Amino acid sequence: MAAIEILGLEKTYSVGFWRKRPKLALKPLHLAVEEGEIFGFLGPNGAGKTTTLKMLMGLVYPSGGSARILGKAINDPEMKAQIGFLPEQPYFYDYLTGRELLEYYGQLSGLSGKDRSRRVGDMLNRVGLRDAADVQLRKFSKGMLQRIGIAQSILHDPRVVVFDEPMSGLDPMGRREVRDLMEQLKHEGKTVFFSTHILADAEALCDRVAIIHLGELHRVGAVAEITSDLCARVELVWPGKTVPASMKALGAECRVSGDTVRAVISKANQDAALEVLRRERLHLVSLTPVRASLEEYFVAQLNPNGVAAGARA
Amino acid sequence: MSPRIIHIALNTFREAVRDRVLYNLIAFALLMSGGAVLVGQISIDIERLVVINLGLTAVSLFGVVIAIFIGIGLVSKEIERRTLYTVLSRPVHRWEFIAGKFFGLAGTLVVNTLLMAAGVFVALWYVSPHLQKSDVWLLVALYFIVLQFLVITSLALLFSSFSSPLLSAVFAFSLFAIGSFAEDLRGFAGMTHGVERWLATAAAYLVPNISALNVISQVAHEQPVSGQLALYNTGYALFYSAMALCGAVLIFERRDLK
Amino acid sequence: MKPSPRVTAGATLLLLTSMVLSVLLLRQVDRLRAGATLQEVLYLSSPKAIKRLSLGYSGLVADIYWTRAVQYFGNKHHTGEEHYKLLAPLLEITTALDPKLRVAYEYGSNFLAAPPALGAGMPQEAIRLIQFGIRNNPDQWHLYYDLGFVYYLELKDYVAAAKAFEAGSRLPNAHPFMKLMAGNMAQHAGDYQMARMLWTATYESATEKVVRANAKAHLRAITVDQDVIALDDVVAKYRDETGHLPNSFSELMSAGLLRGLPLDPLGHPYVLVSDGSIEVNDPDNLPFIQKGTPPGYVPPSSPHLPTSD
Repeated sequence: MAAIEILGLEKTYSVGFWRKRPKLALKPLHLAVEEGEIFGFLGPNGAGKTTTLKMLMGLVYPSGGSARILGKAINDPEMKAQIGFLPEQPYFYDYLTGRELLEYYGQLSGLSGKDRSRRVGDMLNRVGLRDAADVQLRKFSKGMLQRIGIAQSILHDPRVVVFDEPMSGLDPMGRREVRDLMEQLKHEGKTVFFSTHILADAEALCDRVAIIHLGELHRVGAVAEITSDLCARVELVWPGKTVPASMKALGAECRVSGDTVRAVISKANQDAALEVLRRERLHLVSLTPVRASLEEYFVAQLNPNGVAAGARA
Repeated sequence: MSPRIIHIALNTFREAVRDRVLYNLIAFALLMSGGAVLVGQISIDIERLVVINLGLTAVSLFGVVIAIFIGIGLVSKEIERRTLYTVLSRPVHRWEFIAGKFFGLAGTLVVNTLLMAAGVFVALWYVSPHLQKSDVWLLVALYFIVLQFLVITSLALLFSSFSSPLLSAVFAFSLFAIGSFAEDLRGFAGMTHGVERWLATAAAYLVPNISALNVISQVAHEQPVSGQLALYNTGYALFYSAMALCGAVLIFERRDLK
Repeated sequence: MKPSPRVTAGATLLLLTSMVLSVLLLRQVDRLRAGATLQEVLYLSSPKAIKRLSLGYSGLVADIYWTRAVQYFGNKHHTGEEHYKLLAPLLEITTALDPKLRVAYEYGSNFLAAPPALGAGMPQEAIRLIQFGIRNNPDQWHLYYDLGFVYYLELKDYVAAAKAFEAGSRLPNAHPFMKLMAGNMAQHAGDYQMARMLWTATYESATEKVVRANAKAHLRAITVDQDVIALDDVVAKYRDETGHLPNSFSELMSAGLLRGLPLDPLGHPYVLVSDGSIEVNDPDNLPFIQKGTPPGYVPPSSPHLPTSD
């Protein structure tokens, strides 16, 4: 059974003073997330990711379509007991301490007495906030807030967790901590569905990803497939100032800085380029894949001549 | 009553306390003690009158201000801080959320009023140190003030469910002001004709009847309050609040929480 | 995926029920509290204080007090002296807030001075009130009329009344009857003709419905009194001529002393009692009559004023 099935969910807002102007936030979306996988929902800001997640959580009402989580409809209370949600950049109740916050959420989730206290303690340990348990949230750093946020989302041991931009605003340390937590969740057999606009995070974590832009789904597939499309270029570095003509003929973009030449060339031409260097007796210092950003990916998508090789229309 | 409503109510109460709302009691205490001492000095034979009028009016006004200022943020603040999303992702119904918020604020106001009532009685004892039979009517007046709070709170919550804090405050205060003259509004309505009469009458009945819940001058002059009036007023306040809360639930249930 | 229909239905039902119930309960509360806001008038010590409290909106506050007054006095739940206890402080406050509120002085002269059960029985207060009004509205001839009215009717001070009417008649736009009444005071003070003039003047110039109704009732009473006197004369004449009392009006008519069946202002025939006196058919609906009531008659505690104009 798919953990999350999105069946044609769409959303159009009516904006303007008399609510006359329609604003399309999400075109009908079809997506399925399998149990036990980490699924990344990628897209630039404003793509429609948060709208989708909010519709899944019943916070926003869809204009059309439906969705099921673990086979049950949205807003089914039984279903809600099985999911955890972390919204984007939450503040939480800043007058509560970490422990009080978790206790409150535990009460609302229907956990009782001893069971609840035990779980709260476990969670605090797990996300590394045991020492800050009795500190008011207003004194928490962003990383700490994110961690308590994850704690509240898994407090009731749900089967599916949904995170909206869990890494946003965190420093590299914080991002690493969150990534580790998400890995652990997968190992426990939970399904993790999260949205992000940072490709590197998706690459590191996800089994599969979906790419969405301007309310429309572009690609769904295994990470490797998609990143290989995106990482279709390599950068060659050699010392000196010489740029052989044949290199240019292969369509390389070359730049000389100081004593080094950097050339970016499409992956398809990688072997030919190496051959050129060998013939010219130029010593290869490094060969690195060049990762296109998602924005470049989309720009390429819209450009039929395709600057980035391997871009699909 | 579902336990979730109670948890939400208790958390709302905790928030009010920790947001230092109860510090208003200090200002109130200062006012009462200042007033009582002053009146005691002048001794013009109306000390009881002044203390009761001053005390009960202050209880009423302080409470209404708190009810409105906290009430308007009950929903909008939770959306702004995104705390609402984590609450609603749990098995909590939207209407339970509204109910819990209402009881939390109402509970805060009741506690606040009790403490203030103690203050009024202390000041009263200071200026006239013997209990009178008519003091029991003071309790009735205080009870009516609490009923006022329920009504105002429910309205503030109604506005909070769909409008910004600033607009909500304006609406709530306006309704409070108009409601203080609701009986006169009905009088005016009675003297008009035709369409205006219908509109004015409808408005006069829909506006919260704060004036009907105000018996301060009456008890200050040691006039009794009829039990029947207390009964009818209780019913009115409860049903009016229920009406406003249902409005809040209906609006909130439909709202896209962007 | 949609707002829950159960919640929607439940909340809508509860909302409508609560609305209906709260309106019903409010009406009950209103009934219990009728005039409660007005009772507060008794507790307010000084009109000056109220004026200060109105924060410059004294006109509006005056209107509010006046509206409450009209509501309260139009309400038949309170009777007799109790009813008018609030009138004096109310008028004092209203005119302090808005000295140009003409209708307040009109009310005052008609109901403050009049004896219970029609009024509060405070003619001196009424004089004071109207003089305050004159000081603040020196070009209003109406106020001199009100003043003269009180002097004449309640205090029976015909000299002062004449002076008031005279003073008023000199003001711009004064109604001609002012001069007329000033002139007639010397000869006709105390008689029915004067009274009729006064009440007719009131009836024609007053704006408040209650005041007009009151004037109409008084005019009817004057008619009744004059009718009864005239009928007594006719009966006496008959007795002188025939030596016995008449048994019915038709006897008087056949004797040529009456032209037709005498009817009172309500349209009912007068009653010829066996002892020769004349009574009215329905004294309860003819307030203020001084003649034509059966012996031992007690008028109702609040006078039944005519309802139509």
